[in-house]
Amino acid sequence: MKASVLQKPKAFYDKFERKGGSQLETTHYCPGCGHGILHKLIAEALADFDMADRTILISPVGCSVFAYYYFDTGNIQVAHGRAPAVATGLKRVHHNGIVISYQGDGDLAAIGGDEILQAANRGENITVFFVNNAIYGMTGGQMAPTTLVGQKTTTSPYGRKPENEGYPIRMSEIIATLEAPVYVERTALIDFKTINRTKRAVRKALQNQIENKGFSFIEVLSPCPTGWKMTPPDSQKWIEQNMIPYFPLKVFKDISDSATPFTYTDRTYSDSEVLNILGLSQLGERKKVDQSFLENFPTQNMKIAGFGGQGVLSAGVVMAACAMNENLEVSWIPSYGPEMRGGTANCSVILSHHRIGSPLTTNPNVLIVMNTPSLDAFEDDVVKDGLIIVNSSIVDREVKRKDVDVIYIPLTEIASRLGVVAAANMVCLGAYLEYTKIMDYKLLYDTIPIALKKKSLIDLNIKAVDEGVKYIREHYPRS
Amino acid sequence: MPQEIIEVAFELPSMEVVSYLCKGCGLCVTHCPQKCIEFSDQFNELGYKYAQYKGEGCTGCGICFYCCPEPGAIKVYKKVRE
Amino acid sequence: MQRELIKGNEAVIKGALLAGCSHYFGYPITPASEIAQAAAYYFPLLGGTFVQAESEIAAINMVYGASGAGARVMTASSGPGLSLKQEGISYLAGAQLPCVIVDVMRAGPGLGNIWPEQGDYNQMVKGGGHGNYKNIVLAPNSAQEMCDLTILAFDLADQYLNPCVVLTDAYIGQMMEPVEFPSTRKQAPYKEWALYADDKTKSNLVTSIFMNTHLLEEHNFKLQDKYNEIQRTEVRYELLNADDADIVLIGYGIVSRILLNVMENFRANGKKVGLLRPITLFPFPIDIIGNMAQKGVNFLVAELSNGQMVDDVRLAVNGKSDVYLYSRMGGAVPSVKDIEEALSQYI
Ligand SMILES: Cc1ncc(C[n+]2csc(CCOP(=O)(O)OP(=O)(O)O)c2C)c(N)n1
Ligand code: SF4
Ligand code: SF4
Ligand code: SF4
Ligand code: SF4
Repeated sequence: MKASVLQKPKAFYDKFERKGGSQLETTHYCPGCGHGILHKLIAEALADFDMADRTILISPVGCSVFAYYYFDTGNIQVAHGRAPAVATGLKRVHHNGIVISYQGDGDLAAIGGDEILQAANRGENITVFFVNNAIYGMTGGQMAPTTLVGQKTTTSPYGRKPENEGYPIRMSEIIATLEAPVYVERTALIDFKTINRTKRAVRKALQNQIENKGFSFIEVLSPCPTGWKMTPPDSQKWIEQNMIPYFPLKVFKDISDSATPFTYTDRTYSDSEVLNILGLSQLGERKKVDQSFLENFPTQNMKIAGFGGQGVLSAGVVMAACAMNENLEVSWIPSYGPEMRGGTANCSVILSHHRIGSPLTTNPNVLIVMNTPSLDAFEDDVVKDGLIIVNSSIVDREVKRKDVDVIYIPLTEIASRLGVVAAANMVCLGAYLEYTKIMDYKLLYDTIPIALKKKSLIDLNIKAVDEGVKYIREHYPRS
Repeated sequence: MPQEIIEVAFELPSMEVVSYLCKGCGLCVTHCPQKCIEFSDQFNELGYKYAQYKGEGCTGCGICFYCCPEPGAIKVYKKVRE
Repeated sequence: MQRELIKGNEAVIKGALLAGCSHYFGYPITPASEIAQAAAYYFPLLGGTFVQAESEIAAINMVYGASGAGARVMTASSGPGLSLKQEGISYLAGAQLPCVIVDVMRAGPGLGNIWPEQGDYNQMVKGGGHGNYKNIVLAPNSAQEMCDLTILAFDLADQYLNPCVVLTDAYIGQMMEPVEFPSTRKQAPYKEWALYADDKTKSNLVTSIFMNTHLLEEHNFKLQDKYNEIQRTEVRYELLNADDADIVLIGYGIVSRILLNVMENFRANGKKVGLLRPITLFPFPIDIIGNMAQKGVNFLVAELSNGQMVDDVRLAVNGKSDVYLYSRMGGAVPSVKDIEEALSQYI
């Protein structure tokens, strides 16, 4: 006679070799444990959908830590509670993979509470099976976040007390409030009706992922006869009488039909596209620079200081970039962090023909001060015979030092006459280069664009440089 | 769902408990609507009094298979219509 | 090729993308945030993935997943974030998963402040999480090396199946310098052990569990063999003016930049001072230090921590010469003069 056989699904290994020892066909689970039932439903669905090859199953920490003994799929074992984050990493690499996060209640609702919420909230295109057995099975029956009020566990020996540990947490309800999840259902494993319902939920949750519909979450009320110290049939009755009234069996959310499937586009990029996107393609060859210019270049240890918005940081960047283009070594380092908020800003810039050691100019030979507090702060640090450039539009005092060279220039006024106060920094750089002659000031023209977000202002900033040069020619002519 | 088809010599429908894989949890015994599964008086090598088919009454409904936590402990055989 | 003037933190991301990194998972923290920001900007443009995780714990576990899936993947953070990542790093090391972790160190303990420190040395170089493992640790001291060592980190991580850390500090991260980038992008290699969600790799298992004590011990010994091989073959350092030196300065990251000035100034005064800059912190340049100590060279170790690296120097010196410590903490970065004063006591 011909018979069809309902038997161990093909998505299980024939022999559980990874388990080791002599019992290679039984699980490590206790008699009557819900994990085994749920495993069977998942394995059967994967086999029926012919999806086992494409599946990566995540073994959590908990009694199901050894799920990888059983499933003939890709397997990965992860840290306690972190399965949804690992699932995110896996799925973001293999869009075509079926990624299953399998977790207990301690794993998912306690230590991994944030990982599951955020993965759900991102709408990761994964499937989560949540085994709620109201207890920590693996570690010996301690209290779980889902342990019922009054339920005795090894760490709630007098019964769970809301005033000490709060109330059992309803994860499905919480997840269902989020926008992104497409399917959230709570089922149970207490009789054929509920098991059959679970079977359908498992399939639907996997089908959603196969169709790229997004995040599905199945919570399964599951017996733990050992942790509860009951017979397996009594455990199922206990779920019916105690758990279901608090954790109702229900579809909490199902937008599977209307969900727009994820679309993934995978394409490769040529080297020239890559360089283009990274902004590296226009760099071209290094300029040929006169060797004697380099060898005679006097190292500039600059400090540029002012208040936020005066462009002190970008002045430094433009100057450094300009010198870099002449094949000099350069470094630029800003003051940063909370200091930047509303207060003063400064940067250290070094231009040199030699390898640069410390990028910090504790003792600058060029100090540019855009406001009075900056002059107060740094005047004394300047080396003897150094240069101080003072924005005389704003700085209301003279430099006290007698052993340094000083230029007073109304940077802000000159810039506002041009119609852009923010260009005071470029007026300053023009003046600086014209005064020191370390480089041709026209070299600034090429580097101004890198510091400007508004490209329409390039011409004005170039004009600002010229104005600085003009001021020096008029007021500080070199004999 | 694609199920294996085999040739058998016993009467159908029927079920089989693979005794050395049974943990004696009793869920199949409890949930079989026909009450056609019982505990053996014997212990298997795992140390459990395993479940066994009474030998008649099975309708092939598959309930025991889905209620059993062990992957390979239960097989249910149904007649294939030819 | 002409150079780009770029922040160290951004050079990391361009380097990573040129190394074939396709996935970035991170959580913002000063002074590492520019890394996440640059990743958020560039990864999607090149078909890659950037996810701002809910925490550093989640980020490192996303890294675990993506690495297990065979991708070149990275994360970046600073002290408080790295403390949270330690559990995940232990799992990565245990499961022998390659990844790149950038630590832009700030000052601690606790929230500390956002200025440069090197107080994460012990947690990154010695392990940091639970168990008998080590990270490969690279210590850039310029924006150029932020790029180059990030690229190297991906190669070493894949070669040794181990997390590789780029350990840097707030200044190296925030500083802009010219960087020359490679002009071709590397391809992430195919990894036979990884999970590609296909029939070819479905028998693979990524795990750090070995329930059998003998197997776990064997696994641990295998890891130690790997670390020994790394110690033998991957030591990198920069050594300057050591041939005739009476005393050699040792420092990494921003400190090594300051030490360069100190050395040059002392040399200009005829003082025989050398400089050793470890580029790999694990593996530490033990032999070169031991050899110099044997010849009677003394050492001044300067670090922005409470004497963490100096322990490794002392082990290498093994009592054969004198080792002095110049230690600053709390985000205080010494000036060239500060260290010169310290050094003059010993020369
Ligand atoms: C960081 C960390 N903390 C604690 C543990 C110990 N631990 C292992 S399993 C477990 C509880 C698991 O309970 P649950 O998620 O409910 O799964 P079950 O065992 O009930 O299936 C705990 C606390 C661990 N492995 N890692
Ligand atoms: S302790 Fe509970 S959850 Fe764990 S295997 Fe046993 S019955 Fe299952
Ligand atoms: S406006 Fe308020 S919240 Fe926003 S950055 Fe400023 S201080 Fe912070
Ligand atoms: S298949 Fe149905 S009738 Fe047959 S033994 Fe199993 S539960 Fe009973
Ligand atoms: S349900 Fe399975 S394990 Fe439990 S008694 Fe029946 S056959 Fe045995």
